[in-house]
Amino acid sequence: MTRPIRVLMAKVGLDGHDRGAKVIARALRDAGMEVIYTGLRQTPEQIAEAALQEDVDVVGLSSLSGAHDTLFPAVVQALRARGLDDVVVIGGGIIPAEDVPALKAAGIAEIFGPGTPTSEIVEYVRRAVAARAGGPA
Amino acid sequence: MSQGPSERRFTTLSGLPVERVYGPEHVKGDAGERLGEPGAYPYTRGIYPTMYRGRLWTMRQYAGYATAEESNRRYRYLLEQGQTGLSVAFDLPTQIGYDSDDPMARGEVGKVGVAIDTLADMETLFAGIPLDRVSTSMTINATAAILLAMYIAVAKKQGVRPEQLNGTVQNDILKEYVARGTYIFPPEPSMRLVTNIFEYCAKHVPNWNTISISGYHMREAGCTAVQEVAFTLANAIAYVEAAVRAGLDVDTFAPRLSFFFCSQIDFFEEIAKFRAARRLWARIMRERFGARNERSWMLRFHTQTAGASLTAQQPENNVVRTAIEALAAVLGGTQSLHTNSMDEALALPTEASARLALRTQQIIAYETGVTNAVDPVGGSYFVEHLTDVIEEEAEKHIRRIDELGGATRAIAYMQREIEDAAYRLQRAVESGERTVVGVNAFTIEEEPPRGLLRVDPSLEEAQRARLREVREERDAAAVERALDRLEEAARGDDNLMEPILEAVEAYASIGEICARLRRVFGEYEAEVALS
Repeated sequence: MTRPIRVLMAKVGLDGHDRGAKVIARALRDAGMEVIYTGLRQTPEQIAEAALQEDVDVVGLSSLSGAHDTLFPAVVQALRARGLDDVVVIGGGIIPAEDVPALKAAGIAEIFGPGTPTSEIVEYVRRAVAARAGGPA
Repeated sequence: MSQGPSERRFTTLSGLPVERVYGPEHVKGDAGERLGEPGAYPYTRGIYPTMYRGRLWTMRQYAGYATAEESNRRYRYLLEQGQTGLSVAFDLPTQIGYDSDDPMARGEVGKVGVAIDTLADMETLFAGIPLDRVSTSMTINATAAILLAMYIAVAKKQGVRPEQLNGTVQNDILKEYVARGTYIFPPEPSMRLVTNIFEYCAKHVPNWNTISISGYHMREAGCTAVQEVAFTLANAIAYVEAAVRAGLDVDTFAPRLSFFFCSQIDFFEEIAKFRAARRLWARIMRERFGARNERSWMLRFHTQTAGASLTAQQPENNVVRTAIEALAAVLGGTQSLHTNSMDEALALPTEASARLALRTQQIIAYETGVTNAVDPVGGSYFVEHLTDVIEEEAEKHIRRIDELGGATRAIAYMQREIEDAAYRLQRAVESGERTVVGVNAFTIEEEPPRGLLRVDPSLEEAQRARLREVREERDAAAVERALDRLEEAARGDDNLMEPILEAVEAYASIGEICARLRRVFGEYEAEVALS
């Protein structure tokens, strides 16, 4: 029996707007995943530590303050520093399309913009975790 | 879009049922008494007898980013374009009490607003702007006392006395715990800082709006129109109770309380919401708190159009949404208005999009004629019915919050209500039950937009360098003395405004001041639970 997909939803930096993070957390949970939410004002190191402790498959990052360029890559680095190379990192918030290539190059698997249906994110997470495990997408 | 009219559910955005047509049977009781006259209790029709005939609302566009120099340029530009008040956006480190060189500030400096570390930055921010002639709203909460002290200090340097200052500090910490997240201290010392500002301003800065009790952020976080009225007024009740407990007479500070609401896209519900909020507050102040000064009964409010209603898809559609929301705010009798820019679902507004947003207000004010008659929708069976319903439903929430021990104890309740409402709306959009043009209907293939405003990443280092310079130039012993005095005052019950002003004038930084207060007050630990 396979265990449910475990997801850490995280607010990185000082931004306090967590409507999106919470809505997505509930949608992932309604889709049968186990979701942990970090709460506000997490540093990249705290998020990576929580990802380690909670043994998650996916980290979902949210930022609406424009700090994503600095903070999202810092989370990936902090995860790698803990040997968590196969955790799928996804992001969302107010992120201009022109920033996306650099974020992907830094190891963020996908960025979901405003207006993305939660069903699309659920589907993406399932596929990404399956692909990571080497199973069929 | 296959739904025929017969299959649709007719409700407001809040989920209130809407009948096919409204008539006199939908308006309850003595309509004359519930309506009253504009400028008279219960102020359903507006707080002034002549409303916009006498004076238009203040066009107050929220702006600020990057450095103090850059923001100063934007303010001068907006004032030249006919904006009538300033509204300062501060970056998150400034709002949460971290200096630009604090590790917690990494990546956030100058991003969603201007970075202010010391009085030197504030001097630059208002250089060449006469503070006796401009009214300034500052979106600052946990650090409101410090920024207000800086504003007073800059004014003094300009030769402007505190009693000549006009403006608002948001200073609404309760909604930060509920929805916006820029809290520092636990509720009790935070409430003390709030009431210290009430008391200090009543004596020294009499024309200052000492708080703007804000439903906006709770609405943006997902609450309904009814909940927005209820939670905002419940928070307001908590502030009034705290101030009265601190020994202030209600009529000394209540006339300086102001409010901040959101204007969402459901046109009639929003108009009714503003009218209901006004009537309910008048009743609360008169009946619950025994306020006798008429000005204590009047709910004066700023409105911002709904950021959450804007879409990243087809951003030009946002101009239309904003115009409709702004019109609802004007028909609802707002005293001041910010219209969002079309690109705000993507980035901070460019100069051109900020100008178009301001022009939207000016077109409503000068071309449409909606300002000629006061409360032009008053007497509409539908609007009066909705006003009654929103008032009644909001009162039920307020009673529930009272039962829980008041707003300071009902933070988790409000959060849960807001999260549920946000999730319900998301489901309604995804199921197609609620249409969002460009998102789940009438979509097109789009190229990503170009020319968005970007904050230069090198600015973070420049701001740190400025702070280093100020630290080197100031009198270090004077800073220490002022900080020691502040810490001592914080341990006792003295009003903290005086020692904060002294620290600010010695060029102590926001981070240094907050570090001392954190030492005494501790920090708020949020509960993390998904409902």
